[in-house]
Amino acid sequence: MQSVWALLSFGPDGWGDDIAYGVLVTVSLALVTLPLGLLIGFLVALAKQSSEPAMRLAGNIYTTIFRGLPELLTLFLVFYGAQIGIQQAVRLVRPEAVVEINSFVAGMVALGVVFSSYASEVFLSAFRAIPRGQYEGGFSIGLSPRQTMRLVILPQLVRIALPGLSNLWLILLKDTALVSAVGLTDIVRQSSIAARVTKHAFLFFGVACLIYLALAIISSFGIHAIERWVGKREAQR
Amino acid sequence: MSATSEPTAKVLRPAAPPRGWSRERVLGWVFVIGWIALGAGLVTYLFSVWNPELFAKYAPSYLSGLRVTLVLVAISIVLGAILSVPICYARMSKNRVLNAISYGYVYFFRGTPLLAQTFLIYYGFGSFRPQLEAVGLWGFFREAWYCAVFAFALNTAAYQAEILRGAIESVGKGQWEAASALGLSKLQTLYKVILPQALIVALRPYGNEIILMIKGSAIVAIITVYDLMGETRRAFSRTFDFQTYLWAALLYLSLVETLRHLVDWIERRITRHLHR
Repeated sequence: MQSVWALLSFGPDGWGDDIAYGVLVTVSLALVTLPLGLLIGFLVALAKQSSEPAMRLAGNIYTTIFRGLPELLTLFLVFYGAQIGIQQAVRLVRPEAVVEINSFVAGMVALGVVFSSYASEVFLSAFRAIPRGQYEGGFSIGLSPRQTMRLVILPQLVRIALPGLSNLWLILLKDTALVSAVGLTDIVRQSSIAARVTKHAFLFFGVACLIYLALAIISSFGIHAIERWVGKREAQR
Repeated sequence: MSATSEPTAKVLRPAAPPRGWSRERVLGWVFVIGWIALGAGLVTYLFSVWNPELFAKYAPSYLSGLRVTLVLVAISIVLGAILSVPICYARMSKNRVLNAISYGYVYFFRGTPLLAQTFLIYYGFGSFRPQLEAVGLWGFFREAWYCAVFAFALNTAAYQAEILRGAIESVGKGQWEAASALGLSKLQTLYKVILPQALIVALRPYGNEIILMIKGSAIVAIITVYDLMGETRRAFSRTFDFQTYLWAALLYLSLVETLRHLVDWIERRITRHLHR
């Protein structure tokens, strides 16, 4: 019976380095997904608060679909769907080609799409919280619509949307655990392997849970720092 | 005087300015047509690969999977609701120890992925097999189904406790004071004054929690419970036919949408006295 510390050490028979690699994969997946999700979410929110009914309809369909599907199913749809789709497209040119989708990219796209559909709702309610007078004030001092958006609306929008977005970030961090189902070596995957090999399942899954908790705690420190920074800019006007 | 009152009926609102095909409008229609094309493509794909044999073979298992999903979610939501009451009480009590324990519980279950929690219970408790056998609980933790229900109930209890606490705290302090001035006991106040107001606030979060559980329950497929997702994965691994996933997506989507509209309808109905 090996001791707990030997199992978690960073040596050749310890699993510390493998789990650390899993943490790296989880964190980098979440960090790469965040800007993608924010960008799509913002664009969808713009569509949903547009004065054009067609634009609003298109945005609402997007949100309805990706908020209604289970995250795991979205991941499988992207993973297998893209694999089959690209394979058939490639086979038109080269009949014997075999396409393998990178599970990291599939995870990024699936989680980004889910994140963006929730983020668009957060952005939308933030847009509604900004009074019309802000736009009119921007136009009346001669700013173009684009400038008004960038200089007047966005700084306020970020401040209002920040609590909702930080909530979504914590959800995203937890959702990354799902990519272990398509074979990406994240925290859960690495601890499952360690658990299967060493038969210390409770230890390794407990460690995995604690790592997620630690990531959540670190994030909340980061979020507090960002909130203070954004709040300071508000006080300075 | 009488001359001014006559012509008012003839004053008409100016006609709306003509709506041209602005860039935004064109782009919006492009997106809508894109969605329509996608939907039509989906339908034609499902028609083109329509296979009565496959349907006869897997449709019953999809239905049983759907039933498993619904039963799993229903049991864990109810158990979680029962469990959330003492947690919420501890969370709102002034006792330091109770408060710390319940805070730790809620923080743990809200801060870690449901998948990791399920693995911790299903695989992790297997590490304690001799001890569990000694107390006669091994039969419970050996079954993936019971482990899933257990993990989901603990998880949703943490979320529901927070929903309940938020709803109770949203009712003003004056309501408690007024009730105690009328001579109602604490329990009476809670039942007759606070909860009727709090549950209106809590309805939407509860609905969202049920939807999140339905979506989250897909992960039990990974620990070999054959819910809708599990049946889908089994069908896909036997046929390598992508339509298996599309059918599951349609089923999940219609389930979630039905539930969402149901919650909307209930909310409209029970807040009728608040609207004019």
